[in-house]
Amino acid sequence: MLVLLFILFGAMAIGCGLAVVAQRNPLYSAISLIGVFISLACLYVMLAAPFIAAVQVIVYAGAIMVLVVFVIMLLNIQEEEHRRQRLKFLVPVAVALAAVLIAEVAFILVSVQDSHVMPASATTSDVGVTQSIGTALFTKYLLPFEITSILLLMAIVGAMTLARRGGLLPSRERDTRE
Amino acid sequence: MEPQLSWYLALSAVLFTIGMTGVIIKRNIIAMFMCIELMLNAVNLTFVAFASFFQDVTGQLFVFIVMTVAAAEAAVGLGIIIAIFRNRETLDVDEASVLKL
Repeated sequence: MLVLLFILFGAMAIGCGLAVVAQRNPLYSAISLIGVFISLACLYVMLAAPFIAAVQVIVYAGAIMVLVVFVIMLLNIQEEEHRRQRLKFLVPVAVALAAVLIAEVAFILVSVQDSHVMPASATTSDVGVTQSIGTALFTKYLLPFEITSILLLMAIVGAMTLARRGGLLPSRERDTRE
Repeated sequence: MEPQLSWYLALSAVLFTIGMTGVIIKRNIIAMFMCIELMLNAVNLTFVAFASFFQDVTGQLFVFIVMTVAAAEAAVGLGIIIAIFRNRETLDVDEASVLKL
């Protein structure tokens, strides 16, 4: 049963991931990426991580992708047209690197003996519940938590500085106007 | 038979490979950005799989922190994308190959 679910959601993740790369319209890529996020959230539930699954849907599929789709709509991007590629070697290089990585995956599947570790049960384990995550986050890992809050503050200030007109980057429009 | 740890690692590696290929071959800066998000998610899957199989909550904590970094990256990255689009009227990364504006 779990194997079937793994195959279902794994195939969904890989298919949507391929669609992210294959689509020419960024909006379709964004929708496919949301499909990847949803199927990964389902895999997280199978891995006894319900809190992470919920955060995945709320933060990734909800907040981050809304931001991306909003920017796509705001900039009103047309579909990529076929153009002469300036760097012709990029696609072969990408395929070669992908082949190397896939060979590593095959090596993992063939050589790693993993019969001695068992997954946490999704129904009885307390590994992924909110309480254990919160306890660890505010005791043992308090320093990374605080550093993360500083990072978010920097992100807020940076985004405001970058996105406002006449900010850090001089805009061409302002130059022509002056 | 239950899904093994190596299955999750293999799935994660495949997703990471797809994302890396996309970053290399895509020209649209927003599409590259989404491929980077795909790579971050592949790593998150590895973290959660190890957390589950080793019965340790640490991996899930770092998934949380990776998500925060991804949110910060989205905010700053999209700000940079808007700034580039305002200056160059295009989202092609080849057009933005020099730092000078």
